[in-house]
Amino acid sequence: MSDFFPQFLQQVINGLSLGAIYALIAIGYTMVYGIIGMINFAHGEIYMIGAYVGLITLTAIGTAAGYPVWLMVSVAVVLAVLVTCAYGWTIERIAYRPLRGGPRLVPLISAIGMSIFLQNYVVIFQNSRDLPVPDLISGMLFTIDFPVFTVGMSNSRALILFVTVALMIALTLYIGRSRMGRACRACSQDMGMASLLGIDINKVIALTFVLGAALAAVGGVLIGLSIGKINPFIGFVVGVKAFTAAVLGGIGSIPGAMLGGALLGMTETFASAYLPTEYKDVVAFSLLVLILLFRPTGLLGRPDVEKV
Amino acid sequence: MSANPNTSSLKDAAIAAVVTAVLTVPMLGLKLTPAPEGLVFDKHFLLVAFAVLAVFVVQLAKPYIRLPKFGGVGLRTPESFVQHPGRWWAIAIGLAAVWPFATQVLPFLGGRGEIDIATAALTYVMLGLGLNIVVGFAGLLDLGYVAFYAIGAYTYALLSLYFGLSFWECLPIAGLLAGTFGILLGFPVLRLRGDYLAIVTLGFGEIIRLVLNNWDSLTHGPDGIGNIPKPGLFGHEIGRRAAEGGTTLWDALGIPFDGAYPVIFLYLVALALVAASLFVINRLIRMPVGRAWEALREDEIACRSLGLNPTVIKLTAFALGATFAGFAGSFYAARLGSINPESFVFIESATILAIVVLGGMGSQLGVILAALALTILPELARGFSEYRMLVFGLVMVLMMIWRPQGLVPVTRPRLELPE
Repeated sequence: MSDFFPQFLQQVINGLSLGAIYALIAIGYTMVYGIIGMINFAHGEIYMIGAYVGLITLTAIGTAAGYPVWLMVSVAVVLAVLVTCAYGWTIERIAYRPLRGGPRLVPLISAIGMSIFLQNYVVIFQNSRDLPVPDLISGMLFTIDFPVFTVGMSNSRALILFVTVALMIALTLYIGRSRMGRACRACSQDMGMASLLGIDINKVIALTFVLGAALAAVGGVLIGLSIGKINPFIGFVVGVKAFTAAVLGGIGSIPGAMLGGALLGMTETFASAYLPTEYKDVVAFSLLVLILLFRPTGLLGRPDVEKV
Repeated sequence: MSANPNTSSLKDAAIAAVVTAVLTVPMLGLKLTPAPEGLVFDKHFLLVAFAVLAVFVVQLAKPYIRLPKFGGVGLRTPESFVQHPGRWWAIAIGLAAVWPFATQVLPFLGGRGEIDIATAALTYVMLGLGLNIVVGFAGLLDLGYVAFYAIGAYTYALLSLYFGLSFWECLPIAGLLAGTFGILLGFPVLRLRGDYLAIVTLGFGEIIRLVLNNWDSLTHGPDGIGNIPKPGLFGHEIGRRAAEGGTTLWDALGIPFDGAYPVIFLYLVALALVAASLFVINRLIRMPVGRAWEALREDEIACRSLGLNPTVIKLTAFALGATFAGFAGSFYAARLGSINPESFVFIESATILAIVVLGGMGSQLGVILAALALTILPELARGFSEYRMLVFGLVMVLMMIWRPQGLVPVTRPRLELPE
């Protein structure tokens, strides 16, 4: 049992950084769901597009050109955020806004169509193969030597964790303090009333899509740098898992998405450490089924009262 | 609103063009290509310019184009049909739709390729009809339908591999097993709201695929299972030569063997299965339970107040839909002779859903036509096969915007009281 504790510690570190990515994406699901009550199925593809724009930017800058790493990464993140915000906005405008107010299945099917479209759009116009992402952030932030096992945290994982925490704080402040944030909260409570009080509903909904897309893009760029390769299919599985995280924490609740992401990341890391690795997705999906069975409102969610 | 509508629409068009440029310049214009010295760009700016120009022109012309608007956003068109067109109508048209293929391939005209495609299309017709019960009639969005298809296929493959059971023995077992899985999954989940159900079924589909992929000792993992026997008829085999101790159907009938016969036989089996499914489903939707499905889809609270148990009703729809997928799956395994987990990915579920959505949710005829169109058209346009899924996704979105009730909307018997 001497190596149990160091391994455990290592899994916690890995799980937290994986969970941070899930949390970033889960916020996009949870905000959209909280406001218009719809699963934005195409959100995972937004994350994938973010990862691609990041890589395209890095390639355009030229990683061998000798610019400082922080500058290159920041430019990649900023451009990825800008482009994916445009994607988020456009998708809402084209595929969801005309369907608002109809039966619930209709926008969901439209979102699935959008997801298939975006994935194949990237397959055709980019590449369906794995593309290597330059290893810009190498090295370890710290290592702790134990007698049989060395625990460490790489710089890229540390960056993910740091950026996620910073963005979460910023988002919480924005939603809690700003004028638009207040409008968002009003809309999620009662859209009709908010509209009567002069809040521009369309603007608020567009904002949630744009904010969600921005966070997903940051996640995409960072995970690309951390894992070292991307392909057009990364969005689907991560999207479903991030949705799981959102449900786990209680869909519609932003702190819930953060908590759910961290929990899911941990569960998955531990599952792949102590079970055959191929079953880590099975564990994640089973977790989703179980949460929905026993606590459909999630950990921090409010019960949804069905009204006539 | 600007004072001058022309400048305002010009501004809108310009904004749309700029957004398009932002969307397309990196993703469309700069194609990342691996090269010896690292990643390089394959530039396609002509494509970008074309996209931007197209969006600009369309936006500018938008006030002058009036798209035909079909109905509103709703799953059905309220039309005053006093009488139902009749249940045999769908069957007759469905058969007529596949008949050209039949005449094209029946021995006189040859063409084993076409008949094989028609057989594959009929498998999708069956899947579409099955999912139509779940999505179209009961209004439950099932994104993991392919899981039941996989269960059916693996049931036949495994039972014939380990116990040597024949296709006709396995067919009911496959249906029952898929239905049982449907109940096992449905019982706890169907109490959830619609969109949660979609995600849970999606997760279930992935779980089944991952288990099939990784349970090497039972399913042979990613290699799948090969040498699955074709269905026979009354104990006779349909191959060129019978196995040890068996007889072929052709010997028994005393006709000389032709290479096209097994393919035609499979086609006829598929046709029989589809006809049987259609018959059963047509009966089901006129039974009280079928009426209850539709009532539940329209208004769950009203149903509950009338004393219907929503969970049980949803469960029957879910399990019956799964059963038909099980039948289709075991036929699929028999037709191809080998299966592997890669045939049962999410995109397959999405394809079947697209069939139901395009055809018109709840419309048997529409589903049949959509299944035939979506399987036969890509075969005819093989040159564009890489664009197939792209077009699929786009069509799903556009259908939801312009014609959510599908190509062949359902017309229900309806009585209107005179004013």
